[in-house]
Amino acid sequence: MIEQIFKAMAQSIIDGESEDAEDLAKQAIELGIDPLDAINKGFVVGVDHVGELFSTGEAFLPELVMAGEAMKTAVSVLEPEMSKQGTERKLLGTVVLGTIEGDIHDIGKTLVGTMLSAAGFKVFDLGVNVPVMSMVETARNENADIIGVSALLTTTMTKQRDVVEALDDMGMRPTVKIMVGGAPVTRNWADEIGADAFSEDAVGAVAVAKQLMGIE
Amino acid sequence: MQPQLRILSSELIAQIIDEAFQLMIKPGIKVQLKEARALLADAGAQVDEDQQVVHIPEDVARKALETVPREFYLYNRDGEPTVHYGGDSVHFDPGSSGVNILDADTLKHRPATTQDLVKVIKTADSLWQYDAQSTSVVCSEVPKEIGDLYRLYLVLMFSKKPVVTGAFTTQNTSAMIDMLAIFAGGRDALAKKPTAVFDVCPSPPLIWSKFGSRSLIDLARAGIPAEMVSMPLAGAAAPITLLGSVVQHTAECISGITIHQLAKPGSPIVWGGAPAIMDMRQGTTPMGAVETAMIDTAYAQVGKTFGFPTHTYLGSSDAKVVDYQAGMESSTAAMIGALAGINMISGAGMLDFLACMSPEKLLIDAEAIGMAKRMLKGMLVHTDTLATEMFEGINFKGEFLKQRITRQLLKKEQYLPSAAIDRGSIRTWEQNGATDTFARAKAQLQNLLNAYQAPDLPPDQMTELQNMVSGLAKEAGMDQLPAL
Repeated sequence: MIEQIFKAMAQSIIDGESEDAEDLAKQAIELGIDPLDAINKGFVVGVDHVGELFSTGEAFLPELVMAGEAMKTAVSVLEPEMSKQGTERKLLGTVVLGTIEGDIHDIGKTLVGTMLSAAGFKVFDLGVNVPVMSMVETARNENADIIGVSALLTTTMTKQRDVVEALDDMGMRPTVKIMVGGAPVTRNWADEIGADAFSEDAVGAVAVAKQLMGIE
Repeated sequence: MQPQLRILSSELIAQIIDEAFQLMIKPGIKVQLKEARALLADAGAQVDEDQQVVHIPEDVARKALETVPREFYLYNRDGEPTVHYGGDSVHFDPGSSGVNILDADTLKHRPATTQDLVKVIKTADSLWQYDAQSTSVVCSEVPKEIGDLYRLYLVLMFSKKPVVTGAFTTQNTSAMIDMLAIFAGGRDALAKKPTAVFDVCPSPPLIWSKFGSRSLIDLARAGIPAEMVSMPLAGAAAPITLLGSVVQHTAECISGITIHQLAKPGSPIVWGGAPAIMDMRQGTTPMGAVETAMIDTAYAQVGKTFGFPTHTYLGSSDAKVVDYQAGMESSTAAMIGALAGINMISGAGMLDFLACMSPEKLLIDAEAIGMAKRMLKGMLVHTDTLATEMFEGINFKGEFLKQRITRQLLKKEQYLPSAAIDRGSIRTWEQNGATDTFARAKAQLQNLLNAYQAPDLPPDQMTELQNMVSGLAKEAGMDQLPAL
């Protein structure tokens, strides 16, 4: 019975059906299923599956995004129950995310946020056109582990370096790692500006973020 | 709405047909088979037996044109109608008549063998873009006497798709029909649900050879679809003008149809061809020239005026390796043929004026064909409003990825190319070995061949086929069929 519910949970994510995911999360609470089990043995299985299919070219961006949205919905139902029980989902880490000042490209960055939060990161998505200092300050206030800086233009890409330097200046580098991404960004660029990590796409970003946290 | 390419005005079409009828009277058509001349004479044509020339009056031909079926289907060997000859339906099959294969490692053209043809058949079987098989290359290690039927034998062993084929001798036409009949449950059943179409060629200019006429008559009587492959060579075996070549094509096809329908009214026949212009520097027959595609588009339009099923030869290249020229010529021509609404377009996979087959190119051509087929579907209307409903809740954010409809309609709106086509970022491309199209096709082909599964066909029918073909091979001096 419980196994079947877990299966249905994974399926709701694979199908990208937020309403199904919401219903199943509520059902889990009614049945007294441990919310953590619901997440880890149910919904996360679906997220992993879609991520894998995306990597092999069998699933596409809409599937990925909708899976992330369904995951968010399920977690938001389960979270109040977790705090009631005094447990909480073990966060993999906290990420502050944004597209850098002067750049308003949204899609790639949002996708990274969706995938990170589906994977179990706490994500503060500051949106687009984000000033360097507000990224750094948010990171400090929220005790973030990672800052993710997106840039789609070669002209705004250079500001990724400013984020690195600002963190250096404020002495935050020992605790806060920096991930960079965006169409013109390469591994070489990441190395050149002293960023800690780079990813090609949203699925890759999850793996990279986990590495930065020393997981897996 | 299916997008269409038409390049003749109705006035021009009328003039083409009128001049074709004039040519059929003067100089007339050379018909080298006595039986065919007799059929035409009985119908009212004037025959010069010494010269083997028949002067066919318009009314005799017109009567024959009336009885041609305006459409028919080819069936796969599960009995499903998968190829529609008629209207503006468009299908593709690999080119045929190749003698060489492009060795993907050495890039040398070498004589093809059984193994090569099997590889081509498996490739075409695995790719949905190919609606039919062709008997694409002659196998050099097999006696010439059975070269044609041996190709068909291999196709029947490795694929259930319908076949565009052809015989080299009258005797083998009959043998090949018998081979197909094994799976259909007899010749009559095969005529009801044909699994193959047979190419029949007039000889330019305005000649129906002994063998060509014989094939027309035999196929008509057997009720097996015939596909005329008229080949005006503009500037050499046909007038230099594209329109002049179309007139010649029309006369060759109408006279062919007349012989065919007189043998048996109502038998299926296709208005097809493989014309080309003549390259006046090299003396070659460029299949990838735009003028070649123009002749094809024009003659298809003439055939459509009568309402006949159509065929042409497009989608091949004259390049010797699978390079930019190969891609440019093949994909441009495939798109033109598709837009012309030609029912069967043969030629994919071919290089070097149809002499050389490349399985890797066949795989890449499938992508061009996939895109042409997407083009044919046109601008699709899936929803009541084209956009306004999809803007609900968007609020100036690029969040259409989150809409259920995006996921639902993705595959209907977009043709998803295989890994042969590179749409990754520069980094992904580098990570995957910085390959070009040909290298990716080589890898992709290997995956395809590894995943290939032999068709499930009744073992007794397979055995009957093998016995029949090995018997014919023995007669031709080959004691044992090559191992498969």
